[in-house]
Amino acid sequence: MDILERMKRGLSTILSALICVIIGLAFGFVILFFLSLSSYAASGNEYTLKQVFDTAFDEGFMRLMKGCFYMVRRGLKTEISQAAPLIMTGLSVGFAFKTGLFNIGAAGQYTLGAFGALYCAIVLKLPWYLCLLGSVIMGAIWGAIPGFFKAYFKINEVITAIMFNWIGLYAVNTIIYGGGTGAMYCAKTTKTWAIGKGVYEGTTIPNMNILFKNEGWGAYVQQTSIAIFFAIIVAVILYVIINKTTFGYEIRACGYSQTAARYAGINEKRNIILSMAIAGGLAGFGAGLYYLSGVAEWQPLVSTSLPGFGFDGISVALLASSNPIGIIFSALFIAHIDVGGGYMNASFFPREIADIVSGIIIYLCAFMLLFKSAIARVFASRNDLKGGK
Amino acid sequence: MSEYIIEMRNITKVFPGIRANDDITLQLKKGEIHALLGENGAGKSTLMSVLFGLYQPESGTILKDGQVVKINNPNDANALKIGMVHQHFKLVEVFTVLENIILGAETTSMGMLEKKAARKRVVELSEKYGLKVNPDAMVEDISVGMQQRVEILKMLYRNNDILIFDEPTAVLTPQEIDDLMEIMRGFAKEGKSILFITHKLNEIMAVADRCTVLRKGKCMGTVDIKNTTKEELSRMMVGRDVSFEVEKKDIEVGNTVLEVRNVTVASKVHKNNAVKSVSFDVREGEIVCIAGIEGNGQTEFIQALTGLEKMASGSVRLYGRELKPLSIRQRARSGMAHIPEDRHKHGLVLDYTLEQNLVLQRYWTDEFKKWGFIKNRAVRAHAKRLIEKFDVRSGQGPITIARSMSGGNQQKAIIGREIDRNEPLVVAVQPTRGLDVGAIEFIHQQLVQVRDSGRAVLLVSLELDEVMKLSDRILVMYEGEIVGEFDPKVTTVQELGLYMAGGKRQNKAKEA
Amino acid sequence: MPNELLLLVKYTLLYASVLMMVALGGMFSERSGIINIALEGIMVIGGLIGVLATQMTHGLAPVLQVLFSVLAAGLAGVVYSLLLAFASINLKADQTIGGTALNILATAIAMVIAKRVNGSQSSKLDYTNSAFIYKIFGIDVNVFLFIGIAFLILSYIILYKTRLGLRLRSCGEHPQAADSVGINVYKMRYIGVLLSGFLGGIGGFAYIVPAVQSWNFEVGVAGMGFLALAVMIFGQWHPLKIALAAVFFSVFKSLANIADSIEFLSKLQWPKEIYNMMPFIASMIILALFSRHSRAPKAEGVPYDKGSR
Repeated sequence: MDILERMKRGLSTILSALICVIIGLAFGFVILFFLSLSSYAASGNEYTLKQVFDTAFDEGFMRLMKGCFYMVRRGLKTEISQAAPLIMTGLSVGFAFKTGLFNIGAAGQYTLGAFGALYCAIVLKLPWYLCLLGSVIMGAIWGAIPGFFKAYFKINEVITAIMFNWIGLYAVNTIIYGGGTGAMYCAKTTKTWAIGKGVYEGTTIPNMNILFKNEGWGAYVQQTSIAIFFAIIVAVILYVIINKTTFGYEIRACGYSQTAARYAGINEKRNIILSMAIAGGLAGFGAGLYYLSGVAEWQPLVSTSLPGFGFDGISVALLASSNPIGIIFSALFIAHIDVGGGYMNASFFPREIADIVSGIIIYLCAFMLLFKSAIARVFASRNDLKGGK
Repeated sequence: MSEYIIEMRNITKVFPGIRANDDITLQLKKGEIHALLGENGAGKSTLMSVLFGLYQPESGTILKDGQVVKINNPNDANALKIGMVHQHFKLVEVFTVLENIILGAETTSMGMLEKKAARKRVVELSEKYGLKVNPDAMVEDISVGMQQRVEILKMLYRNNDILIFDEPTAVLTPQEIDDLMEIMRGFAKEGKSILFITHKLNEIMAVADRCTVLRKGKCMGTVDIKNTTKEELSRMMVGRDVSFEVEKKDIEVGNTVLEVRNVTVASKVHKNNAVKSVSFDVREGEIVCIAGIEGNGQTEFIQALTGLEKMASGSVRLYGRELKPLSIRQRARSGMAHIPEDRHKHGLVLDYTLEQNLVLQRYWTDEFKKWGFIKNRAVRAHAKRLIEKFDVRSGQGPITIARSMSGGNQQKAIIGREIDRNEPLVVAVQPTRGLDVGAIEFIHQQLVQVRDSGRAVLLVSLELDEVMKLSDRILVMYEGEIVGEFDPKVTTVQELGLYMAGGKRQNKAKEA
Repeated sequence: MPNELLLLVKYTLLYASVLMMVALGGMFSERSGIINIALEGIMVIGGLIGVLATQMTHGLAPVLQVLFSVLAAGLAGVVYSLLLAFASINLKADQTIGGTALNILATAIAMVIAKRVNGSQSSKLDYTNSAFIYKIFGIDVNVFLFIGIAFLILSYIILYKTRLGLRLRSCGEHPQAADSVGINVYKMRYIGVLLSGFLGGIGGFAYIVPAVQSWNFEVGVAGMGFLALAVMIFGQWHPLKIALAAVFFSVFKSLANIADSIEFLSKLQWPKEIYNMMPFIASMIILALFSRHSRAPKAEGVPYDKGSR
């Protein structure tokens, strides 16, 4: 009965997530259709609705859905490299949710994590695993700050985190750029130095060629770092911590009811700071996984927008109802449509369609409970039928 | 013209999982005071909310002066001259008294709020009915009694003729209650009709002309007060004879368990202290009760005692051990169980399952923890034992989500959890608030058993009946001070009321 | 030096009118009980539609161009804020999450539309802003300063002197009380959110148009909406205090733009980012200092459920 009940609760969660995804994608398709329509209309040539539909479907929607498989040789690497930090920012947001906190600061913690990792790699030339540690520490510090303000000044963590997102971004960019002469800054590319080559040997996370032979699917991932496995391992560990340990019991108690947790003698101030620090560390780790994989460099001259991985982490966590195992899959999904968005025919469809889909999914997740209770009612009425006969 | 000014015929209102009103008929005569009696959860407030337009009934009709009317919202009710003083006052704390009174019935000129005429009218009304208020005071700064006067003025300002009072006496002192009764009689004499919701029999006998009794959502009938007795009303309300007494063993009082000395607690709301230099002892084998009107420092005192809030000065010793520097958890470990005032806010993690809640105060002990992991099997066994022992009923047993349980069973779970810890001191704050008679009796028995087994109970209660029934000693708290100590065998409710209202005080009780 | 001072005044007025308008918008929403974290997104949408309207009305009489495009920006904000209102009032969604979704969506939508309009891969839109700028006493003053001051006065009157204001505030403090005296809480909250959409939309437009003649929507409005949120909190949800807070924050923000041209500041050789950071740091310090005296509307963030028992 216990297992059955649990499965029921889990199933309604998964179903409601699927509803969010389907509605989000449907909206995405509608937008693609109208973009396609307006392109045809603007071209001045004659066209049929079928043509409009086909273009939207084949060159837009299907490529979005196919994701990396549209061009698997290059796409798979991109998708896996993106999924790793997404899992981590998703875990970051999700873990904070479990403590009843909304970590909108994952973007800032990610920024600091990137700084920590790159500083250890480029300036200190440390091996990659120590660089990862650096990213975790920096992210954790940046996460602990909103926790501290919440615990001791009762300021909503959302406000603090938003402020510190921007403070972090400006600070990191200032230090990296260093007026054009920063040690981590390469004036030629206007980015940080590319790691993994020459003096930075050993600062990058190993590639999958140490795990898979260069044949079949393995051939596609020879140059892909093993970062994704670290992310998955962390997710599993978090699952166990949250659900099986007394620490997890305390964290969730705080999340559901701070007052009851306090009554039970749980130090809720410590828990708030600790769990925000952990959340920050997770986001920072995500940045470490990304930038130490050598797939991208930090651009200190872009100070007007925060890293998108941080905010995508919110969609990832919401979609998975903050379940760490679920987060692995929802992160893969978000990475999938993001990569797919880039493969759409750019003359018709801007790649930001993928962001719109993910934004709609967050919007829907905000009232996911509604779907959940609707599904629960369906289950309940089914049971009534069984009971009645 | 109909004999009745308001008739509610065959009202049925269903909430998910419960028939709150089941085919209820209520008839109100013009100029009468009509009591609506029932236990907590009998459906009184629901019925009145239907009359006031807050809920729509599934079936049934409402008649005003013999004409069928449809009341879709409070505006409709107001148009029919129906007004209501809600159990939990509906006042905006950061508004002035005047703003609260005119809210929803504002007059404007040139699009701007017109307050002058309104103010004049409020002053006139308050003088006419002896409802003293300061129209420019902020509601958050005035006393509970005055807030109730504001609510009454709201009805008068709207020229309401049918006045509903929902449990108006719960927050008042016995003397204030007498004043309110007088005001209600005045209204009735003037031709206004009054519906008076309560579960207190004495008040009904004192003021009402007729009484309609509800039990579990059903109407048990309407009786004339002249022709009935307290016992009969009580039987109608509960459905059986209620024992007004609890059996307590005669036992010797033992060693001192709790020593409270000069405890002072700062207030969060105002600049004064909420608790002022409180001292007393609690000994083995006795139930000591702190009585008083809500908001006189009891909550703050208990929070300081249990560690939820800091105490400004003073000392608390449990079997001689100073508690002041200890954390909440350390206090709990040193021998104090705590049945908290607010079971939803403190007592339970509502989204946890029942079994998870039953280990809320001991999940960290070796019994339930190994290597940092929770021992699920032990948790389950513990839950099953407590559910059995304390008769906690729920849909799915140990894995029921606490939120979905009834109030009575939630409270039983908390009481079971705390009493089962076998600590020498049980602190119980309003343990029976909002429960029906069955659950109240059960909880009273449990507390008395704790006492009979030679442990100590510190009880905080607002219900004088409960205080008189259970305690071995009564301490009355008024404005943060203990103003008197009484023996329940000697004192009377009236005497306690006088002290609770601040009308009298003993010379500072000397503690040994 | 006076020249630099003029520049400082110019930018301060520019930013202050933006921050004030948007913060006033946030105030209406929160006073009615809905946390509006979507201000940033509303600004983006308002800015985008306003810019498009400016392009479309190019050649019209300046007064008409201003009127038309400002209204367009405001209405776009209203329409966009409907999404927040619907989710948080009717569907009782988590207001913070809903708002976050709208922020993310806004930038994506703006980029898709801007790219579409351009017919290229660039989300940069060009326009002329001469109709919006006047020279008074040697300072470039833009029309939004006057609009802002008008809104400030109107906001104060509406909130404290009218029936609407009294009712709106009661819904943010104690919706059950409002309901019990026949006030339609849902309607009041819709009004609050939509007002914030209107002011936020115009605010977004006011941020983009007077300062430059081309805008890349990739950057949204670069955190101005969040800054406005801080202004609102610092201003304690009160119109006049919000105006002061807006000026205070704007001075810092302006320094970022003109630090290079002020002699003693440029000697410090601080990078621009330091000044950009300052308003955020200042707001954190202030929030920490004043957190105990916060007068936030009591019921904000809590969905109102008529049927709940």
